[in-house]
Order: sequence, then structure tokens, then C-alpha cells
Amino acid sequence: METLAFLQTSWYIIIGILLAGYAILDGFDLGAGSLLPFLARDDEERLAVLNSIWPFWDGNEVWLVTGGAALFAAFPHAYATVFSGFYLALMLVLFALIFRAVSIEFWYYDIKRRGLWNAAFVAGSLLPSLLFGVALGNVIIGVPLAVSMDFTGNFFTLLRPYPLAIGLLGLSAILMQGVTFVAMKTDGAVQKRARGLFVKVWAIFIISLALSFAATVIYMPESLAGPYVWIAAAVVIAAWLLCRRFASAGRMGLSFGMSSLGFAGLWGIVGATHFPNLVRATGDAALNITIFNASSGEKTLTVMLIIALIGMPIVILYTAFVYRVFRGKVMTAK
Amino acid sequence: MDVVLLSRIQFAVAAGFHFIFPPLTFGITFIILVLETLYLKSDEAIYKTISSFLIKMLGLIFVVGTATGIVLEFSFGTNWSQYSRLVGDIFGAPLAAEGIFAFFLESVFLGVLLFARNRVSKKVYWLSAFLVFFGAHLSGFWIIIANSWMQTPAGYLMEGGRAVLTDFYAAVFNPSTVIRFLHTMLAGWITGSLFLAGLAAWYLLNKRHEAFSKILLKVSLIIYIFAALTQFVSGHSSSVQVTKTQPEKMAAFEALWHTVDGAPLALFGIPVESEQKTYLEVSVPKLLSLLAYFDPNAKVLGLNEFKPDEKPPVFLPYVSYHIMIALGSLFALLAVVGAWMLIRKTVYTARWFLVALIAAIPLPHLANEFGWIAAEVGRQPWAVYRVLKTADAVSVVVPAWQVLFSLAMFSLIYILLFVVFVAILLKIVKKGPGAAEAY
Ligand code: HDD
Ligand code: HEM
Ligand code: HEM
Repeated sequence: METLAFLQTSWYIIIGILLAGYAILDGFDLGAGSLLPFLARDDEERLAVLNSIWPFWDGNEVWLVTGGAALFAAFPHAYATVFSGFYLALMLVLFALIFRAVSIEFWYYDIKRRGLWNAAFVAGSLLPSLLFGVALGNVIIGVPLAVSMDFTGNFFTLLRPYPLAIGLLGLSAILMQGVTFVAMKTDGAVQKRARGLFVKVWAIFIISLALSFAATVIYMPESLAGPYVWIAAAVVIAAWLLCRRFASAGRMGLSFGMSSLGFAGLWGIVGATHFPNLVRATGDAALNITIFNASSGEKTLTVMLIIALIGMPIVILYTAFVYRVFRGKVMTAK
Repeated sequence: MDVVLLSRIQFAVAAGFHFIFPPLTFGITFIILVLETLYLKSDEAIYKTISSFLIKMLGLIFVVGTATGIVLEFSFGTNWSQYSRLVGDIFGAPLAAEGIFAFFLESVFLGVLLFARNRVSKKVYWLSAFLVFFGAHLSGFWIIIANSWMQTPAGYLMEGGRAVLTDFYAAVFNPSTVIRFLHTMLAGWITGSLFLAGLAAWYLLNKRHEAFSKILLKVSLIIYIFAALTQFVSGHSSSVQVTKTQPEKMAAFEALWHTVDGAPLALFGIPVESEQKTYLEVSVPKLLSLLAYFDPNAKVLGLNEFKPDEKPPVFLPYVSYHIMIALGSLFALLAVVGAWMLIRKTVYTARWFLVALIAAIPLPHLANEFGWIAAEVGRQPWAVYRVLKTADAVSVVVPAWQVLFSLAMFSLIYILLFVVFVAILLKIVKKGPGAAEAY
């Protein structure tokens, strides 16, 4: 492989890892937020759920910030096309993320308006959880693009069956993350409720997976050809089965681990079917935005690769350390 | 309305609102680090009490900073997509480096500061305070690199209309990075330390938490005095740098309509662009030449040297620049008085001084905002100085009504956030240190 192609491929993988890291880590706090009304009945229980994610969510969101910035640095055309093309959808995500970020803190202190901040937190968690998948589904199946690489569709272009199916799948994977995490970090009534909810979320997940599979067979059967897709799919199914087993055995830590592995497997499927595309164009494959026609120059990719290879292992080390510091159940008031 | 104007307004609203919070973070993380160091050394519980209280406030400030920062990060793609396509090769790198090196550090260890006082050893806790301080300033460094590259681009070549990186080091340490970084960090320390000094003054006036407030006032005031006096030096260096690298910007700052030998320094005036005249001008002869070139008769370029479509607007940069400097002078005065009172040990009891400290809390924010307006509007019509015009940087596919919609939404949301933020902050302050912890 020549140097430039090697760099471009490396960046495809790194951005994939960053986004998968985001999905897995922020997934559990987005999921817990989305399910909050079902997990907690009163303020004390709500505080238990919020406490379980409070020390982590901000660090988790940095995976998105960094993934977005890495996309900007490595594949500026893809960043420009997607972010300007999906303008309204992204604005909705931003409004949601703003509210989600502030509403834990606001809920805690602004006791008079707890109902409002609770609602803002739930909606702010649910909406991005759904829209991220819809956006991903769109770049996978393809959107109308001009020769200038600019998006030529509109808001409703984004709401086609295939992207919606992927959106649902993403949402249910995030809910799995949330429910297994809360079950792992809490005890008492909240944990009991989380474990009851788990069974339903687990079923929703497999239904969404089947739906996405069906949509793929209908809309883009050619993407199911290579071996990597099937390996990744096997990981997803195995993880999903084990997740249930561990949950029934009360091994909540392991079931959270399996849920995370399953999510990683989903990203494996995406990476395998999508390579080397970043944004497919509907109709004309010559207009696809790929890692080859959208990337920065060799120098930028090299410098950034060095930065990532030094920086990311350190990040992973101290993140693991801090998660260890917070291991065990959260302290509830009772 | 046209997309370019709307996008500019939206960016200015988003960046201006975001920049209420980072300066507080810079100053407060610095003071937390000092207090944690004192605690580690002396083992006196009072330092821990103060620091824990500040960490609680930092948690709130940080969260709003994060929420509004993400908007900025996305906005290069959503609103400035042509910009991203044409200079992403260079501009994206510092943003990504900021995430990898700084944001992770800051937010992961803030979790430790907020919730793990009892879960880690004293040394690890101190280290976390250091890493949050370090991460915050490092993030400032990377973002300032990105901004400075737009002001004084370096280390690139134009290939097929796109900027391509040729020298990473030169791009990072472009001519304005270091001075802008120092200037902005000092601005942050002024903002944060004056905020905390004002807080301590409020408690002292109300005769609450006196031991607590005396220590906090002393620590904050010392940092404030240092930063407010040093800011004069860094501000001067900024001006020298602008005169050399962006002469039309300095001409706009000073409303220097024509090139002259021995240019005066404007103190006050009302510049009117259509007439190319400054009304009610008060200026010190030859001082601009002297300050910028160490030579009272040096030639300084005026606005007449530049093509009409490559000239910045004058009124806004002029006014903003002068307000910032007026405030900076006021801060220096306050610093001198503060130092005097600290030495005389009258600082904790002089009511008028405590009231002045409280009244001064919002002023650094004004200086910050005006500083940015001067810097950014003075760079117009360029998004990247002499490389890419703002009008050519905007997203071509986003219709105006969508930007108008998002601008309206952001404005509403930010007003709501600000009101609730202030209300909660006041509530935390009223409750005072030692109230029940969150975790
Ligand atoms: C507490 C805040 C504060 C204070 C007291 C000052 N400034 Fe400032 N100034 C800023 C906060 C700031 C800022 C918000 O941090 C800016 C915006 C961009 C930047 O680099 O810093 C800025 C920009 C800025 C610029 C534009 C740099 C550029 O466009 O490249 C100049 C020339 C100065 N300042 C000069 C001064 C002078 C001569 C001051 C005299 C005392 C001064 N500043 C006080
Ligand atoms: C956070 C503090 C900042 C403030 C308060 C601020 C303020 C402003 C203002 C008032 C404008 C509008 C200027 C005009 O067009 O009339 C602007 C534009 C802009 N600024 Fe800044 N700015 C800040 C930091 C930055 C940084 C760090 C960057 C780069 C990383 C940046 C990049 C831009 C861009 C891309 C635009 C839009 C294009 C333009 O109008 O020049 N700004 N900013
Ligand atoms: C206009 C360009 C800017 C962009 C794109 C931007 C982006 C961001 C983002 C994405 C975050 C959230 C990170 C997280 O999740 O923790 C953030 C927070 C932060 N930003 Fe900005 N920012 C800009 C301007 C600035 C400037 C000019 C400074 C300071 C010099 C600054 C300093 C900080 C700091 C210290 C934080 C941490 C949160 C806080 O302390 O409130 N940013 N910014």
C-alpha cells in the first residue's frame, strides 16, 4: 500500500474507533437518561440513577467531540458535506445535547423546576440516541450529492425507511447499554426495575436488528458479500445471547460488558460494509465521498497519526483508572 | 437576510456566549490548584473546605461551557462548510489535538474532583486538580492556535484552491499564537480571580464565613494583582504584533485613516466611516509610533493603503478595542489599590473596597467580549487573513431560513441557560460552603 492510502485507511479505522468508543461509553449514559422515567419513581431513585452516570458523562461526550474533530482534520470534505447537509437534524441534536448537558446539574439545584429539567434530560438523551443512527443510516445507504460534494436533498430525504431502521437499531443498542449499566451500578428497587426492563429492551434490540437486516437485504444486498460483515454479525449475536445469560445469572457487570461488545460488533458491521466510503451518493457511485477523495494531505494525516498514537493510549489508560476509582455500586441516600 | 450575515451573527452569539465560561474556568482551576497545594502541604481543613466549594461552582460553570462549546465545534461544518473544505487540512488538526490532549484530561479528572474526594488518596486528588488546571489551559492553547492561524496563517501552501499543510510547527507557532495565548490566559485569570475575590468580599460584607473568606480573598487578590498588571505588558505586545502582521486591523483599532509618520495614539473619539473622520478625537501625538516601533517618528500604515474590499469596518473594532483598554487600565488601578491594602492589611475591613470588588465582577467579561469583537471584526472581510474571505467560507447548501431558525433557537436557549445559571450560582453562593455534597 502506498503511504497516502495507508494513512487514509488508518484514519478510517481511528475515526471508527472514536465513534464506537463514543457509542459504547456515552451510550450507557444516553440510555440511562432515555429510560429514566421507567427506571426511577421518585427523586431519590432518580438521584441514584443520575449519580451512576454523573462522574462519567462529560468525559464520554468528549469521544464525540474528538471523533467529530478527527473527521474534520482527516476528511474535511466528509465533515463539511454531512454537517452542512444535515443542518436541521444536527441542530436538533445540538439543542438536545445542550439541554442534556446542563439538566443534571440544573435538576439537582433547581428544585422548584425539577419536572422541567427531568423532562429536558430525558428528551435530550432520547433524541440524539435516535438521530445518530438515522444520520449513520443515511451516509451508509447514500444521499443525493452534487459534483461539488455538496448535499442536494432536504430534511425529508433523511427520513427514508433504511435510515429509520438503522436509527431504531442504534437507539435500542443505546438502551441496552443504559439498562445494563444502571443494573450494574445500583441496588435495591432501582436495580430490580432495571433488570425487569432489561428483558424488554433485549427483545426490542433483536427486533430492530432483524428489521435492519431485512432493510439491508432489500436496499443494499451487495453490502452483505464480504466475510468481515458476517464475522462482526456473529459477534453481535453471540454477545447479545451471552448478555441475557449473564443478566439472568445476576452477573450484571458481565452483561454490561456483553452489551458493549455487541455494540462494538455493530460498528464492525458498519466499518466492513462501508469501507472505503464515507458518504455514499445515491445513483452515481462516482460521486461517493470516500477516504481517497475527501482526505487531508499526507502531512496532516501523518502529524495527526502521531498525535493520536501518543494521545489515545494515554487517554484510555487514565479513563480506565478513573472508572476503577468509581467501581462498585453508587451510594444512595438509603 | 443573507446567509453570510446570519451565519456570522450566529457564530458571534455562540462564541460570545461560550466565552463567558472558559475564562472563569481558567481562573478558578488555577485558584483551586493553589488551595489544594496549600491543603496538601499544611493539612489544614479550611483549605479543603474552600476548594470543595469552588469545585462545586466549577462543576456548574464547566457544564455550561461544555454545552456551548460543542455548538462551536460543530458550527465549522454546519455553517462554514466551504471554510472546512478549503482549510480543514490545517484548521481541523488543532481541534482534534485539543480533544485528544486536553478535553479528555479536563473532563475525566473533573469527575474525580467532583465526586471522588473520599475515594482517592490526597496525592491523587491533588494530581487531579493539577490535571484539570492543566487540561483547561491546554485546551485554551489548542483553540487559540486554531484562531491565531486564521489571523496570521503560516506553514501552508495553496494547492488547487485548498490550503495544504507544509510545516506543522510553523502553523502551530504562527506569529500571533504565543502572545494571544498569554493575553487570553491572563484575561482568564483576571476574570476568575476577580469573580472569587468579589465572592469573598460579599461574604465579608455580610459577616459570613469570615475565616474562609479572608483566605479566599487573599489568594484571589494576589493572583488578580499579578494578572492585571502583567496584562498591560501582554496587551502592549498584542498591539505591536497586530501593527506588524495585520496593519489594516491596527489602522481600524486606531481609526488611522491615512498613513503618517509619527502616528498618534487615540484615547477617545467617534469614527465615522462614510466621512473618513473621527469626531471628538483625543489623542497623544506620536505615541502609537513610539509604542509600536520604539520610534516616535516611525511610519504607521493607514486605511487608505488598502483596497476598499479588503478593509475592515472601523467603528466596531475601534470602540471595542478602546473599551477593552479602558477596562484594562481600570483593572490595573484596582490591582495597585488592592496591593496597597493587602500590605496595609486593611483589605478585609474597608467596606468601599469590598463593594468595589463585587461591582467589578462583570467587568472582565466585558473586556473579554470586546477583545474578541475587536480581534474578529478587525480581521474582516477575511475568515482566514488574506487567504479566504468570510463570504466565501459559508455553507452553500444551507438556506437562510434554516440559519435564522437555528439562530433564534440558540438565542432563546442561551438566554434561558444564562438566567438559570445565574440563579443557581447565586443559590450556591447564598447557601455557602459546607452545604451537603452531591455524591
Ligand atoms: C480581562 C480581559 C482583557 C484585558 C484586561 C485586556 N484584554 Fe486585550 N483581549 C482580551 C481580553 C483582555 C481577549 C478576550 O482575551 C482577546 C480577544 C482575542 C485575544 O487574543 O484576546 C483580546 C484581544 C486583544 C487584541 C487583539 C489581538 C489580535 O487581534 O490579534 C489586542 C491588540 C489587545 N487585546 C490589546 C490589549 C491591551 C493593549 C490591553 C491593555 C490593558 C488589553 N488588551 C487588556
Ligand atoms: C470564544 C471567544 C470568541 C469570541 C467572543 C469571538 C467572537 C467573534 C465574533 C464577534 C465574530 C463575528 C465577526 C464578524 O464577522 O463581524 C466572530 C467570527 C468568527 N470567529 Fe471568532 N470569536 C471567538 C473565538 C474564536 C475562535 C477561537 C475561533 C477559531 C477557532 C473563531 C473563529 C471564528 C469564525 C470561523 C468566525 C466566522 C467567520 C467570521 O465572521 O470571521 N473565533 N467571532
Ligand atoms: C471558536 C472556537 C471554539 C470551539 C470550536 C470550542 C469548542 C469547545 C468544545 C467542543 C467544548 C466542550 C468540550 C467538552 O466536552 O468538554 C469546549 C469547552 C471549552 N472551551 Fe471552547 N471552543 C472554542 C473557543 C474557545 C476559546 C477561545 C477558549 C479559550 C481560550 C476555549 C476554552 C474552552 C474550555 C476551557 C472548555 C472547557 C469547558 C469550560 O471550561 O467551560 N474555547 N470548547
